[in-house]
Amino acid sequence: MSDAPAAPAPFVGPLADKDRIFTNVHGFQDWGIDAAMKRGDWDNTKKLMEIGQDAIIDTIKASNLRGRGGAGFPTGMKWSFMPKESKDGRPSFLVINADESEPGSCKDREIIRHDPHKLIEGALIAGFAMRARAAYIYIRGEFIYEAKVLFAAVEQAYEKGFIGKNACGSGYDFDVFVHRGAGAYICGEETAQIESIEGKKGQPRLKPPFPAGAGLYGCPTTVNNVESIAVSPTILRRGAAWFNSFGRENNRGTKLFQISGHVNKPCVVEESMSIPFRELIDRHCGGIRGGWDNLLAVIPGGSSVPLVPAKEIMDAPMDFDGLRALGSGLGTAAVIVMDKSTDIVRAISRLSYFYKHESCGQCTPCREGTGWMWRVMERLRTGDADQSEIDMLFQVTKQVEGHTICALGDAAAWPIQGLIRHFRPEIERRINENKGSAPVMEAAE
Amino acid sequence: MADAVHIPDEAETRARWGAFEWTAENAEQAKKVIARYPAGRQQSAVMPLLDLAQRQVGAETQTNGWLPVPVMEYIGRQLDMPYMRVYEVATFYTMYNLAPVGRYHVQVCGTTPCMLRGSDDVFAACKNKGLVKGGTTPDGLFTLTEVECLGACANAPMVQINDDNFEDLTYDSTVAILETLAAGGQPKIGPQIDRQTSAPEGGPTTLKEMVTENHDYRGDWA
Amino acid sequence: MPKVKVDGVELEVPAGATVLQACEQAGKEIPRFCYHERLSIAGNCRMCLVEVKPGPPKPQASCALPATEGQEIRTDSEMVKKAREGVMEFLLINHPLDCPICDQGGECDLQDQSVAYGRGSSRYDENKRAVTEKNMGPIVKTVMTRCIQCTRCVRFAEEVAGVPEIGAIYRGENMQITTYLEHAAKSELSGNVVDLCPVGALTSKPYAFEARPWELKKTHAIDVMDALGTNIRLDSRGRQVLRAVPRINDDVNEEWASDKTRHNVDGLVRKRLDKPFVRKDGKLVPATWAEAFAVVAAVQHGGSVAAIAGDLLDCETMFAGRALVEKLGGTMLEGRQTGLSYDVSSLSSVVFNTPLADLETADVILLVGTNLRWEAPLVNTRIRKAIKKGAKVFGLGPEIDLTYKVEWLGNDASLLAKLPDVVIEAFKGAARPAMIVGGGVLAKDGAHGDTLALVETLGLIKDGWNGYNVLHFAAARMGGLMLGYATNGGIKAVAQAAPKLLISLGADEVDYAAFEGSFKLYVGHHGDKGAHAADVILPGASYAEKAGTYVNLEGRVQFGEKAVFAPGDAREDWSILRALSEALGAKLSFDSFEQLRAEMVEAIPALGVEGLADYGWSVPSLPTGATGEFGSPIKDFYLTNAICRASPTMQQCSAELIHGVEFAEAAE
Repeated sequence: MSDAPAAPAPFVGPLADKDRIFTNVHGFQDWGIDAAMKRGDWDNTKKLMEIGQDAIIDTIKASNLRGRGGAGFPTGMKWSFMPKESKDGRPSFLVINADESEPGSCKDREIIRHDPHKLIEGALIAGFAMRARAAYIYIRGEFIYEAKVLFAAVEQAYEKGFIGKNACGSGYDFDVFVHRGAGAYICGEETAQIESIEGKKGQPRLKPPFPAGAGLYGCPTTVNNVESIAVSPTILRRGAAWFNSFGRENNRGTKLFQISGHVNKPCVVEESMSIPFRELIDRHCGGIRGGWDNLLAVIPGGSSVPLVPAKEIMDAPMDFDGLRALGSGLGTAAVIVMDKSTDIVRAISRLSYFYKHESCGQCTPCREGTGWMWRVMERLRTGDADQSEIDMLFQVTKQVEGHTICALGDAAAWPIQGLIRHFRPEIERRINENKGSAPVMEAAE
Repeated sequence: MADAVHIPDEAETRARWGAFEWTAENAEQAKKVIARYPAGRQQSAVMPLLDLAQRQVGAETQTNGWLPVPVMEYIGRQLDMPYMRVYEVATFYTMYNLAPVGRYHVQVCGTTPCMLRGSDDVFAACKNKGLVKGGTTPDGLFTLTEVECLGACANAPMVQINDDNFEDLTYDSTVAILETLAAGGQPKIGPQIDRQTSAPEGGPTTLKEMVTENHDYRGDWA
Repeated sequence: MPKVKVDGVELEVPAGATVLQACEQAGKEIPRFCYHERLSIAGNCRMCLVEVKPGPPKPQASCALPATEGQEIRTDSEMVKKAREGVMEFLLINHPLDCPICDQGGECDLQDQSVAYGRGSSRYDENKRAVTEKNMGPIVKTVMTRCIQCTRCVRFAEEVAGVPEIGAIYRGENMQITTYLEHAAKSELSGNVVDLCPVGALTSKPYAFEARPWELKKTHAIDVMDALGTNIRLDSRGRQVLRAVPRINDDVNEEWASDKTRHNVDGLVRKRLDKPFVRKDGKLVPATWAEAFAVVAAVQHGGSVAAIAGDLLDCETMFAGRALVEKLGGTMLEGRQTGLSYDVSSLSSVVFNTPLADLETADVILLVGTNLRWEAPLVNTRIRKAIKKGAKVFGLGPEIDLTYKVEWLGNDASLLAKLPDVVIEAFKGAARPAMIVGGGVLAKDGAHGDTLALVETLGLIKDGWNGYNVLHFAAARMGGLMLGYATNGGIKAVAQAAPKLLISLGADEVDYAAFEGSFKLYVGHHGDKGAHAADVILPGASYAEKAGTYVNLEGRVQFGEKAVFAPGDAREDWSILRALSEALGAKLSFDSFEQLRAEMVEAIPALGVEGLADYGWSVPSLPTGATGEFGSPIKDFYLTNAICRASPTMQQCSAELIHGVEFAEAAE
């Protein structure tokens, strides 16, 4: 603790409705452009643009918005990496990542199907700020209804002259295109997404070069999450200070939390960053199923982050730094809650299967490692293993982590590491019990 | 889980689908799709066109569609892409069916968030209605596939059947949906319990004004 | 030129170098599977991981990372050792332990690197993956369970061969390398993927289970299947050549060889002439050398002697043949077997003037009457590289899929005199313009002159650059022309002169009907067209069975070694001619191969110097005004000479890849 004069305690919720950005998040009202405009979207967007590209980026920087796609990279800084002018005639592109496929995550879906104009307006603002010629919104293929809404919303925005030539009367030409995926989690990785838009298999590219130098079609490109883009018009309207007034330092703003699993009422809700876990669950989800004593563990940021045992997370602040301190992460704020009825080894093993299924197959450690890890996990689930295999599995996860082209290898490794770190006695118990009994016959499916 | 796809015999497929071409409507749509991408980058359109083609095949066969080899080649020619590159794309993404499926493609999410909330029951319901993972029912009505997270985790467990999501399922509601479909009906899309989309069951804890009116909160901005 | 430190040693590396190249420059071995100097960087095998500061606290793929100023690279740290062990273990978990029955054994990157960098044992206790075999045509055998998905073959097919028919389908651990729908890849270069494959997934089908690499004697030789002069290594055991593989020569074949170069060798042991024959009562019957010589000696030629050189000959044989003809009082020598009679007063006007390595820097290229894919597949790959660097290619002649985009102007020779403006304009702006004149041109009256007339129009000569290129496809051609194997009027003139004694040096493409009145002595190695027409056959040696000097289409003098002995009574050609000369009472002056070579070099000094011969540059004044369509002199790529016609592999390639015959795979 420092001896400096205590800063005022940060605001950590609950958020007032007036401070919620996504007011139609549950789709009680029409997503269409007229209804959206009544809620405040597309309200003199031209004025927001008139402050100039650098001022927009400065505002976003000052708001301390961190990317909402999982990595939490400062959004304003990311935008500032884009070239201010094209030296060789190459255009720049904004790619908006709506390939929401991380198990637990379901927030972009709500933005797209219920508040799509926030995203499209954000695309214009962000695209303008980074001097992009167009935005491609990459929406996962399984979001079929959501894509229909998005195509229609883009159409509406064109009809009103908000995008296209002389967007919003700003004098800036900007197109927004929607590109549908077709079932590949890996396309959420930014360079795999770019490959996919180019009509190829979604296999991540080697970096360098980074997309800001050579991305889509070899042109400077920034890839941003839907939520990061969709909140930016409101930040510009209400000011960086407003956004900064929520959450702890370095973890500012409002955030869509998606709570699934063993809570009484799973939901998607916008809250202040840094809201304590207990408050989030009690206020919006009707508490833990069977009460707080029944809580076993939580995966607080989507499947890629390690789980956190109940007693550690109960009062933890739900933000980047708070969850990192617990050896986990905020990720996409997809909170997967598990009560004591959970077969915790199976829950993690199912994630291992997910990563095996979604590995693109390009690089060795992930292609070979995800299958190996899943198979060992399945044996640990039934106890059909040797005690030494727990450490071996841990080593294998370490052999995958940090050795792959993209972060999918890390994402596949971390849940298992979290499990072994926190639930080793449970795994050992299964092995011991299995040793004493006949082999467990699994139903063949 | 993921069983190897049995790709239909090439000669038979060519005999049946060799003459594939867009319907007039889809030909227009294909042009529109290609126009979304810069000139010379038409390869970008391969994914939307494969989807469009799968839908057209589905319409022609009264199923949820699949991608016969000659259809992929047709798209390859339209986009000036080597067939191998089209084939790679078609085999990489899970939404392209490499073999025929039934009238309804029942895609049950089995990933952890759905598993935690009872996807086992959903599978049990499917099984008891005669659906087998990776197979199509003898009447050609249902193909069952276990899929990975479909991004509706706050409404778990869920199933996507053709273009529609059915969420917050139980064993019984799953059975009911399958029965309605089998009887030629249209089950209610979305949550199968009393809730508005992803709002908490029973009513929202936030933004309650929105339930009844398109409320503008800007008046409350300080 | 950035300075980096590798394992503590500072060194300067060329700008644009990768970390891997920096490590190699520092003498550090970096294991790798997917990385290959001549292919794009994939970075997927992860074997080349090294530790790099500054950078993230994890190992980096050195093949893809640019070397930058001030980097500290470690290849010997614990992190690197662990990373290599880890990747190695992953590569091996699904790799079968079938090294004892794997043809890659002994020359397998995976085997070698697992010994050097792997753990002692595997901890993988699950079932291994099995992958079905894929049909990749008559050349490439697959055992796909061994595949480590490095994608070298995929990249080769797309980037070098220009035949994007190999790909990786499905994903994750189910990812499989395959040809499109498992149809044979239609490429003349498919065998190169066997060399590229770092494991035993893709091996040579004709060579399957033939030998272990350590049993083989390795001989450096020069290929004779086309005029490129591919540098090869002949691997032999006992008296048999078991395989031909390319040697690296960046000026000639880079690291590649055509399928014909690789797989003609099974033709070396079939249909061979292994004893002398003489024609008795219209039938060829075996004879002793003395009997055969006596029959030739009985020919009353009176100095009416001519020699025709075949396409596969070394210079020494041709020189000895020439010496014999001269000694017998003859004058006529010809090597252009099929009747071409182009002007050879300036060899510079019938040679490929642009060095092959420079060709890939050409910016505008006009192809005239050529099927490069068949006439010289490895010139074709150079043009692909030029295109990658931005070259524009026009084509005049029959439209052929050359694996790249050609702007075809039409198949009409008269276009040479009135090239469209678009061509003229393109050449006007070109710094390194090139024209390639194929076999179809030399066969057409006036066309050679038309193309030479374009040298000026198109500005093909620049400072340090000559873009006028005639493309030959007979290995003996340039050497033959240097040795005078060209008669005014071509072979038709030779036939008209009706020589009493015609010495055919392995000439199997000649229409011998035109020489009905001549006594035909055939010196060669295969029972092909030349032998069938002969009155006496003296069994000679193939390119694998004699040392020799070859001159490729650029005029590049190269030397090949002798790999094996010729079969049976067959002898090296020069010694046959030497012995015959004595029997004919016209004894040649050399008693050894060395003496022969010395005499040859004395006569034509350029043949003694390895490298490009200098023909100067002069343009003869030739008739112009060609009209009509260009034809293609090669009807079947796989069957262009006697050796490959005897090769079962080449026969099968021809049937399957050219004539579309489907071969059922034997059920195993």
